[in-house]
Amino acid sequence: MIKGNFIDNLPKVYGIYTGGFLAFIIIMSIAEQMGMTAKTIGICFVAFTVAIYAIIGYLSRTAQADAYYVAGRQVPTVFNGMATAADWMSGASFVAMAGGIYFKGYGYMALLVGWTGGYVLVASLLAPYLRKFGCYTVPDFIGTRYGGNLSRFMAVVVLTVASFTYVTAQINATGTIASVALDIPFQYAVYVGLISILLCSMLGGMRGVTWTQVAQYIVLIIAYLLPVFWISNKMGAGFFPHFMLADEVARIGELEQQYGFVKNAAADLKTVPKGLAGITKAHSAVNATPWAFISLALAMMMGTASLPHVMMRYFTTPSVKAARKSVGWSLFFIFLLYSSAPMLATLSKLSLIDPSLPTGIIGKSIAEVQAIDWYQNWNQANLMFVSDFNGNGTLELNEFFMGGKAVVLATPEIAGLPYVISGLVAAGGMAAAMSTADGLILAIANAISHDVYYKIIDPKAETAKRLVVARVLLVVIGFAGATIAALEIQGILGSVIWAFDFAMSGLFFPLVLGVWWKRANKEGAIAGMFLGLVSGAAYLIWVRSGGSGFLGITQLTFGIFGSAVSLVAMVVVSLMTQAPSAATQKMVDNVRVPAGKSVI
Amino acid sequence: MSKQEQHWEKTRGLLFMTLAIWFVFSIGIFLFGAEMNEVGGPFGYPLTYWFTCQGSLGIFVILIFWFANRQEKIDEEFGFSERGDD
Repeated sequence: MIKGNFIDNLPKVYGIYTGGFLAFIIIMSIAEQMGMTAKTIGICFVAFTVAIYAIIGYLSRTAQADAYYVAGRQVPTVFNGMATAADWMSGASFVAMAGGIYFKGYGYMALLVGWTGGYVLVASLLAPYLRKFGCYTVPDFIGTRYGGNLSRFMAVVVLTVASFTYVTAQINATGTIASVALDIPFQYAVYVGLISILLCSMLGGMRGVTWTQVAQYIVLIIAYLLPVFWISNKMGAGFFPHFMLADEVARIGELEQQYGFVKNAAADLKTVPKGLAGITKAHSAVNATPWAFISLALAMMMGTASLPHVMMRYFTTPSVKAARKSVGWSLFFIFLLYSSAPMLATLSKLSLIDPSLPTGIIGKSIAEVQAIDWYQNWNQANLMFVSDFNGNGTLELNEFFMGGKAVVLATPEIAGLPYVISGLVAAGGMAAAMSTADGLILAIANAISHDVYYKIIDPKAETAKRLVVARVLLVVIGFAGATIAALEIQGILGSVIWAFDFAMSGLFFPLVLGVWWKRANKEGAIAGMFLGLVSGAAYLIWVRSGGSGFLGITQLTFGIFGSAVSLVAMVVVSLMTQAPSAATQKMVDNVRVPAGKSVI
Repeated sequence: MSKQEQHWEKTRGLLFMTLAIWFVFSIGIFLFGAEMNEVGGPFGYPLTYWFTCQGSLGIFVILIFWFANRQEKIDEEFGFSERGDD
């Protein structure tokens, strides 16, 4: 069904899809006017979008290895850019990023710089060369370039550690959204989320994931941008917020000066529900040391260039040239959301703390605030809290607490937007978390089925059998992830950042040097992957168990230590052992030239 | 020097230039974050704040497209570009 003709018609197909989705939003808002309840609207949004993804996943079913692993290598640049953006932007980016900026300001914005700057490394150091190589998976490149089953297996280990850390957070996020929107307990909602995720990827592999991710990008970007523009206009802050919020940013600075950041007593803070925070950092001032900012940004950039679920998206383009351009498009589509998050944080904060705005609550009496409808809703959802610490009856800046997710979830309601927007935001968050989870589960399952099963255990296996193994693994890994997610061990964002550090510790230098340093050999790569991953993990455990750390490297940037060890180990061991064979050196030469047949 | 070595030398030159620009806007300017934030930036935002919200991010987008075009020119110059796709 989806062949040649479908590729030519992509703009039309997704154009109709986008129009259909906008029509659906309008129908829902009319239904709201006619008295449809908030709960029904939420269910409609999530069920409708997930059903569409499932249909796309079904239509993309395939029995060919090439289509299953790399979508037949025929995804056009712009569409691959959208798919990568959805693959990339997780539930955390969607739900938690604006909140992080709201609470932590400059120190947190290192993530914005890191999660975009990494794409420059992807485009210039890796993506075009791995595309030319013609591999199915990232360990496929390591295993063929360096040779030997051990190097291939080590790459699978690093990939699995990094991606699995990441995927539990994504399944957790789909569960959270499904449990709120469908009003079912979290333990069941996690599995509802998982089944939605598997519907997209099981039958069509990479092909199914590609076309659902494009659809998911369209939903998530509309769901993010529409409220930001609407709120900005409603507040009178400017019709194009990105260029027009300078006065609002300055006004927040003034109010911060006026209120001051009063420190709360420890005993008072104990009464605040877990997970909520107050505003304690300046909005637009530089509140982190240069190294704290740069080290976090650097770790995220190198991690970006080492995460296999992103890299493998560039295996699906028709050519090397297209792979390069596609990285640019990916970053453009990511930029649309990332540059809007600080604007949403600004609008959200000002609307709450400016007493001259009708929505401002700071300076009002505590009783008055507690009587507001939206305050009661979000207080019940455990995302907002006020308490009169100093007993003067008036709400001060240091007496107002909020959960990070509330910036995205609650701001539309505070600004007085209709409930249909909240349903839309839920669908967007679901799309963001599902698309990332799909990419990650597929990356792990493909690496194990292709590199461990097919390349190491049973090289004679037939295509049909390989694809059965790949699908069984997909389900097994999905359920393992969901089971761990149901235990609710970590917050969404902590584990996401760790995944970047694990990936860069083990994979950054073995990948980059595989292309850029001919002398790099098997022994060096194995040492680099093994020692990098182990030392990074050891540093994390040490800091987590009360260690002081060194050079200002924290549990969020341990990858800097891991990758430094990896680099040294790889160079030293490579130079101490034999240079790679003439055939391998020729292979590297071949990778460096875009024209001609792929290497594998 | 063979054609392929020349091609690789130019490719490497472009890489270093790309990484230098990348370094300035992802790391270099943030060494002076506090000082730069005293200065007004585009659209009236404080300068460092603007770079973290939009500036650096946008520059990375442009940088990748610029890099891709330059690399295509290099590949064409040596007859190494692929034909008939996109």
